[in-house]
Amino acid sequence: MAKRNPLYDFKWCPGCGDFGVKVALEQALAGRMAEKNTSIENTVVVAGIGCSGNMVHMMEGPQPFGIHGIHGRALPIAYGIKSARPDLNVVVVAGDGDFLSIGAEHIGPQARRNLDITAVIMDNGIYGLTKGQASPTTELNVVTSTTRWGKLDEKMNPFLFYLGAGVPYLVSQLSSRVKELAQDIKTAMDYPGFSIVHVQSPCTTYNDTYSLLKGDVKKGIEPLAYPIGEDHNPEDITAAADLVRGRRIPIGQIYRSAGESVPAHQRLAEAKAQANIEQASVERLLQAMVIS
Amino acid sequence: MSKNLVVRFAGEGGQGVVGGAELMASAAASGGYHVLTFSTFPSQIKGGPAWGQARISSEPILTPGDYLDVLVAQNQYAYDHNLEDLREGGLVVYNSEEFEVTDNARALGIPADRMAREAGNPLASTIILIGAVARMAGVSIEALEAFITKRWSRGRPGDAAIIEGNINALRMGVEVAEQAGLSLEDLEPAPEHPEPRILIRGYEAAALGAMAGGVDSFIGYPISPATTMLVYMESNLIGKDKFVGQASSEIEAINALVGTGFAGKKVMTSTAGPGVSLMGEGLGLAWMAEIPVVVVDVQRGGPATGLPTKTEQSDFAMALNPGHGDMSVPVIAPGSTEEAFWATMHALNWAERYQGPVLVLSEASIAERAQDISMPDLSKVVDERRVVSQGEQGNRRYAGDGISPFPVPGGPGAYVANASEHDEQGDTTHLPDIHVTMTERRFKKLEVLNDATYEAENTGANDVVLTWGGSKGSALAAWQELRAEGVNIGWYYTMFLNPLPPQMLDELKGKRVLVPELNYMGQFANHLRAKGINAEAITQYTGLPFKVADLKAEIKRRVQA
Repeated sequence: MAKRNPLYDFKWCPGCGDFGVKVALEQALAGRMAEKNTSIENTVVVAGIGCSGNMVHMMEGPQPFGIHGIHGRALPIAYGIKSARPDLNVVVVAGDGDFLSIGAEHIGPQARRNLDITAVIMDNGIYGLTKGQASPTTELNVVTSTTRWGKLDEKMNPFLFYLGAGVPYLVSQLSSRVKELAQDIKTAMDYPGFSIVHVQSPCTTYNDTYSLLKGDVKKGIEPLAYPIGEDHNPEDITAAADLVRGRRIPIGQIYRSAGESVPAHQRLAEAKAQANIEQASVERLLQAMVIS
Repeated sequence: MSKNLVVRFAGEGGQGVVGGAELMASAAASGGYHVLTFSTFPSQIKGGPAWGQARISSEPILTPGDYLDVLVAQNQYAYDHNLEDLREGGLVVYNSEEFEVTDNARALGIPADRMAREAGNPLASTIILIGAVARMAGVSIEALEAFITKRWSRGRPGDAAIIEGNINALRMGVEVAEQAGLSLEDLEPAPEHPEPRILIRGYEAAALGAMAGGVDSFIGYPISPATTMLVYMESNLIGKDKFVGQASSEIEAINALVGTGFAGKKVMTSTAGPGVSLMGEGLGLAWMAEIPVVVVDVQRGGPATGLPTKTEQSDFAMALNPGHGDMSVPVIAPGSTEEAFWATMHALNWAERYQGPVLVLSEASIAERAQDISMPDLSKVVDERRVVSQGEQGNRRYAGDGISPFPVPGGPGAYVANASEHDEQGDTTHLPDIHVTMTERRFKKLEVLNDATYEAENTGANDVVLTWGGSKGSALAAWQELRAEGVNIGWYYTMFLNPLPPQMLDELKGKRVLVPELNYMGQFANHLRAKGINAEAITQYTGLPFKVADLKAEIKRRVQA
């Protein structure tokens, strides 16, 4: 159980939303360890590429195992870890560019498998580390270094995308609400299946959306983010889709698949138990090929 | 008496021509003969020219045979396009419901489909043809009947009727051939085998070698001609602690391999060239983060989609450098069915030992062949496991300039496995001196892969043949024939292509090295020249293996030039 590397010199910009996510993740892991009486080494944090991917080096306190892989492939790496070692707690941390652009093809397969991992997505609506190019969640008409005429393609609705891909557990949160986010991440880690905690985590340098998310009541600007009402039934996928359809960003539990969630590794273990076939030794498999 | 019988069943996809050759080979193997098959077909389920070939021999064999003793042609196209491979004096059996051959006295028309239907056993037309071929070549009919009885004795209620129907079909074929009076020299009786032998496919050998080598997980994506291994693993790697998964792409597969290796397990995939192209960045991750993974590339014709079901050896250059940046992926290329078993075991052990990715270069002709071989000596099996960190280094995973104990999640030594350049505990750094240290560390680790073996014969000769992978059989047969003719030429061979055995390279210095390989560029010869070897490629890029006769003539021409 070592401490964070004091020589590591990467910095997030002042005010970056990812700071809040970092603290929330640390708290969630600490809470999980205390509750389950498990060590930090049983957690693996798999990071994508981008500002948010540096989370895995920035975390303070007890250090989990980590992989800082290649762009867009955090989910496939997590698939390998969890299929090999269902006993491990696997958390993916990635941004909107990594997760929803180059890596978007990997969401559906993990959702359909119901891979028992938690993805914490830091959505800042921009490619920050490469200095401000449009991402799938950049708003329409926004001028960036790659949208000379203003962004011409529509903003992606990640929540609708997740629901369409079959993600069974979906929470929306703000990076500024650290306490709630920590609780959301911890609850998602406890969920036996594929869970996504999608966090609005603004980029203060290239796409500062804090004021848009918060709004300004005095000036009559409606906040983009708003808490999901008590009357929402997260087990109703139609209600969940209706909830996220608009431009505004609902905060809270958007969706949770009704009924018992059976994760991928449990499905396989049950199928094997039911078939009750033993692993044949290599010798036996070769013997079956003996020419007689 | 003849030592060999080479039979080709030619027709179109879906007509069972590959199955016909394989059934013939199985029957002959069951009777004690040595057999080796080769098949070629288009990348489609129905239609297109296809053929399957079986070589049956009273002696050990290295290739499926250059020229045919019998051509079984299902249609006019198959007849027209395969006749050139029929040896002088060879025989043709053709489907007389499809077309007529009027100008060939050594061709026998058999309406096998109609005969099978009329006999009430429409699935047995191939067996009628096998009966005719067997009679013509003097293969023991009793042995074939015994094979049919064994093959369809499956403990099911319908077995007896099927066996009777199939034996009848066999006899119908025998009778047609008898009446026609066409025959070849009789095949020598099958040899006695004191030790048990197995009939095995190349992909089965590779899969079983991997299982012997302790593979824990296998994650793959369907692609010709590598799907067979994924399917075999899905059926057979089924223990409680084993995992087999179908990935959504080769990109997902390689990254899942990295995750699995990171989590402490021995892991492998099978793919073909297009898959390796997609895996390039992921292989770089495994190299950079020092994670053991094994990728089997069953080569086919390239580039791009290329020739998905044909055989070629054009992925060697990619195998050495499958991704960007400074890396050198260890490569093992089996040249025979036996070697396919040991190559995957070695690959898994190499990956564990040096902690990084290893590539196995197989190819369509190796993966798909069926051959009788001796039972692999399982006492030689080794299941090496990485040295696991007990926490003595804390989280300094990448400390030192060699192999470091591997921290496994759940145990001590939490670190970050990092695709970016990193310091001792895996945190990103781009400082020049650390990049220098870490780059050198990654290459130095290859030094532990020092147990590669090689073959060397007639080493005094100045001219030598050094082939690789699936061309081994043809090249060895050509070399043996040239030696028998008194040509002074040496033989070198290894399946360990990277790193190459240093002593072999030393011995090759100053010699003229002829390198038969199935690609346009002469990729392995190029690599040897970069190592200071005077290497000349002998290339072919037809999607088919070398014929021994062609290779022999070309080697002779070069030696005498």
